[in-house]
Amino acid sequence: MESPQPRGRAREWRRVALDNPPLVLAVVFVGLFLIADAVSRGQGDGAFLTAQQVSTTFLYAAILGLIAAGQTLVMLTAGVDLSVASTATVAGFMVSDFGPHGAGLAILIGLAFGLGIGLVNGLGVALFRVNPLIMTLGVSTVTVGALTIYAQRRHAKEIPSFVTTLGSGRFLEYVPYDLLVWGPVAALIILGLRYSGFGRMIFAVGDNPVACRLAGVRVWQVLLAVYALCGLLSALAGVLLVGFNANADLGLGGPFLLPSVAAVVIGGTSIFGGWGGYGGTIMGALILTVLDSLLLILDVSQAVRQIVYGGIILGLAALYARATSAD
Amino acid sequence: MTGAPPLLRVQGVEKRFGPVVALQDANLEVAPGEVHALLGANGAGKSTLVKIVTGVLRPDAGSIAVAGTPVHVANPVAAARSGLAPVFQDPALVPDLTVAQNLRLTATPHEAVRRELRALELDVDLGEAAGDVPLPQLRMIDLARALTRDPQLLILDEITAALPSDLAERVFAVMRSRRESGRSVLFITHRLAEVTATCDRATILRDGRDVVTLTPREGGEAAIVEHMLGPEVARGAAAGAEERRQRAHALDEGARDEPPALEVDGLRAGKIERLSFAVRAGEVVGLAALEGQGQDDLFAVLSGERRPDEGEVRAQGRLVKPRHPADAIRAGIVLVPADRLHALLPQRSVSENIAAPRYARPRRWGPINMLAERRRVREAVEALQIDIRAQGQVRRLSGGNQQKVTIARWLASGFRTLLCYDPTRGIDVGTKRQIYALLRRLADGGAAIVFFSSELSEFRLVADRVLAVYAGRVTAELAGEDADEEALLRAMHGLEAREAIAS
Amino acid sequence: MSAVGATARAAGGRATLRRAANRHGWTVGVYVLLAALVAYWTTVPARFGSFDVQTLAIDALPLAFVAIGQAIVVLSGGIDLSVGSLISLMNVLSARFMVSMSTREAILFALLLVLASIAAGAVTGGLIVLTRVPDIIATLAMLFVWAGVALVVLEVPGGGAPLGYVKLGSGYTLSPWLPTGLVILVATVALVWLPLRWRRPGLALYAIGSNRPRAHLSGVPVSLARVGAYALGGGFAGLAGLTLTATSGVGDPLSGQYYTLNSVAAVVLGGVSLLGGVGGVAGPIAAAFILTLVKTLMILQGVDQNYAQVFQGTLIILVVMVGGLALRQKGKSGT
Repeated sequence: MESPQPRGRAREWRRVALDNPPLVLAVVFVGLFLIADAVSRGQGDGAFLTAQQVSTTFLYAAILGLIAAGQTLVMLTAGVDLSVASTATVAGFMVSDFGPHGAGLAILIGLAFGLGIGLVNGLGVALFRVNPLIMTLGVSTVTVGALTIYAQRRHAKEIPSFVTTLGSGRFLEYVPYDLLVWGPVAALIILGLRYSGFGRMIFAVGDNPVACRLAGVRVWQVLLAVYALCGLLSALAGVLLVGFNANADLGLGGPFLLPSVAAVVIGGTSIFGGWGGYGGTIMGALILTVLDSLLLILDVSQAVRQIVYGGIILGLAALYARATSAD
Repeated sequence: MTGAPPLLRVQGVEKRFGPVVALQDANLEVAPGEVHALLGANGAGKSTLVKIVTGVLRPDAGSIAVAGTPVHVANPVAAARSGLAPVFQDPALVPDLTVAQNLRLTATPHEAVRRELRALELDVDLGEAAGDVPLPQLRMIDLARALTRDPQLLILDEITAALPSDLAERVFAVMRSRRESGRSVLFITHRLAEVTATCDRATILRDGRDVVTLTPREGGEAAIVEHMLGPEVARGAAAGAEERRQRAHALDEGARDEPPALEVDGLRAGKIERLSFAVRAGEVVGLAALEGQGQDDLFAVLSGERRPDEGEVRAQGRLVKPRHPADAIRAGIVLVPADRLHALLPQRSVSENIAAPRYARPRRWGPINMLAERRRVREAVEALQIDIRAQGQVRRLSGGNQQKVTIARWLASGFRTLLCYDPTRGIDVGTKRQIYALLRRLADGGAAIVFFSSELSEFRLVADRVLAVYAGRVTAELAGEDADEEALLRAMHGLEAREAIAS
Repeated sequence: MSAVGATARAAGGRATLRRAANRHGWTVGVYVLLAALVAYWTTVPARFGSFDVQTLAIDALPLAFVAIGQAIVVLSGGIDLSVGSLISLMNVLSARFMVSMSTREAILFALLLVLASIAAGAVTGGLIVLTRVPDIIATLAMLFVWAGVALVVLEVPGGGAPLGYVKLGSGYTLSPWLPTGLVILVATVALVWLPLRWRRPGLALYAIGSNRPRAHLSGVPVSLARVGAYALGGGFAGLAGLTLTATSGVGDPLSGQYYTLNSVAAVVLGGVSLLGGVGGVAGPIAAAFILTLVKTLMILQGVDQNYAQVFQGTLIILVVMVGGLALRQKGKSGT
């Protein structure tokens, strides 16, 4: 039975908003940019809404966006990957370590490590049915420890200029090179999730693995592939990150772990799996980046920044919870 | 009985879930000392009304009065205090706690429960984890728990679904004794035969409001169905005997040279001792059995969930040894499971659900041919007459439509043998008929169908043959038209035809 | 007569034994492992003495406390990723103000802070219930928030505590082999958790962890129970932070970082299911000591701290893998 439509117009807008979180988030993103601009001007620091700033925002968001890409895929299967940051660090390290051997080889090795770590995660989660939180947490502990040991030995380190350019350079004055990486990858992920069998299986496994099994899906295959892919994407982000940072240190990826989860949540993907997408995550990454800048402009202390960060995550997640439950 | 205020009076109840109106102006009156049935198709509002009466949900409008006094049922505890005791299809026992701990949780004295269980002729170990106790017994424990409070109104929500007939009998006995002691029972069920046999009056809901309260014994099932569906729809006919005879003849003629679509030989697994039977393409074979005679194990083996200890399974004459549902599906054997929730992706759309099995194997993980998919889905939706007006997520569909989606999946992917475990459980009469017709159509198209049902009246309507399974073996084979309930019950109890059932 | 009627009648010795094994097997196993490690440990130092026991207690107690709290939250069906920051917060709060207090004042202040941490836990639980945000996300957000507050209290490590208070955490009573902290740990469990566990409050927590809708139907006040679980969790996290002040004598806004994820590890190793409804606090306590002891052993053997970390991580992974396999054999689904 359908209900009468007195407040039909408002309901319609709400429907559109709920079915397209990226749209709403885009509005939020632009809004935050404008607020940052107003604040910056108000404080006498000049305008924030400049081409340079937009460019920097996208440059930084690309890295977060790539780390959050893997996280999105994993969360769609009702899992979580707490090793994305350490995997990015490892990849970045390997790039700088093998830099002297040429950019191509260095990048390949970095990506290979990411794939390998992802496979280990997948092994635990898919085959041994270990809870993803624990498995990826354990793997990240092991990875960081192993990397620390490895780092203690002296190596010839050199980050290839190709990587540096890719990670921090721009062309046409304002377009970051790393968008040439993020753009195609993002397109592939979005299209893949919607129009490929694998994408369907990711949603299906996250929604109801029992039904998948009865439909003839070997769930472990899907999970293994997803975690491996996540590792690969994290490694890719690590390559860009080490180029951006121009230095490989052990804390390279650390600051990206919790924001990666936050970006996915803000983007509207359910952590219970089976619902969401990457479009929202992209907006989530952009929003978090602007938010960081805004907090810097406000010159708040590290402490207050953290509190605000936490409050925003909670607030946005609460909004989503309310919106989706009202259905 | 006249002059006393009704035990329960529900007036003008309304309930909305977002844009969906579940109840609008629902009224119900239960007199003291009566067994009152609450009936209606899926989506008519029965469960919502029960949840409101028992405090699980709050109504948007309306009033509830118990024994003449208006009450405000804010939560299940308040309902209990007002003398309303529900027993739901899903027993309210927490699986990881023992039965005893569950009782302690609800402050129910153990001894009283034991007494009630003894009266029900059941012996249950209270120290067992609730999750390890089989469902029928859990329901009886829930029932016993409700009885210890001597409720004014005992509400039984589809309690007899998937309950073996001996336990169902005891439930009916309880209902009778409640009535005799001046208490009442509100009985919600889909099994109309039970209603005419046990209930004094019945209220029928349709589209969120009550349409009539009648005496089942007077109008019989026909009257009930007519009110539930609305007069025009009710005239759907079941297959005629002549039609069936013609089909049986065609089957005999046509399929003699081909190997059977499905052949089971000397199977032993779980509770199955030694099972053999064959199903030909175009045949609908029914499986009738009491609880726990091996039918679940049989379906598990055939669908690839479990491996047999002994015996062979052949599909189209070729030996198959499925170790995973994917293997069975590749051999053309597909399953519609007992629980719809095991077959559906709740948050995904109808299309995605129907298309899902196609992309199960890595070979199919590449780009999707959207045109082909849309065509296949549309064909399946039309063939099954799935109502997808309430689009979006499959979890928003009614039970009947959900069940159709679980079948539609296989239509879209192709199959040779369809296994159905209790396909019409908890589904309204109208949709049931559509599913019967569908199964026959599929069989006419060359599929082999094996279905297990706990509702004995179904077999005569759908099956060409019915096999009775008892103690892990096939004890009898009946032709579809001979499969009346009495004959089936005898066979299910392992008795020869024409032998009287003791007690 | 139907085949259904007869269930495990007269449970009998065998069924009860089987059930006991199922329910307590893991916990017993963990304690056996701990005993084995302890036995090995006594052989390692040149002269093993009560000092080693005290050192282990000092190291392990904070993790043990927070593991208890996390276990309670997890078995009620939730998870609290903010415990690390809560520990830091209580650590810096106590260290900042205790530095100018007498022992008696410090102890009273400590009790006050325990109440504060219970309140903090209740706030987290309340937010989860009210906003309906999944617990992982909500507690992750609170992790940031409490961490920020801790930084406001103390930007860099500092503060201190009176000697008497420090002795509470790192000293001993009755015998050098019985560290005070350990006594307090056992006393807290005995006085706070055990009375609840088998009665309705404790059963309610297990119920909501096992199956929330059915718990609701059974009359459990679900929201209140959830908040209660987080409040208890907060309280134990607070105790952990206060212990840290006693054992380290100083307040550090980053001191709790190690504990969030390790508390979850201890809980899983201790046999508590992350799905809720299964497990207890005994296992996680032993697991906390095991995790700490493994690290200690490696350091004693002269192993580099990083190798120790790698080893610990690998150990956790292997244990849960084996545990996962064992669960699969038992036939538990939960893909």
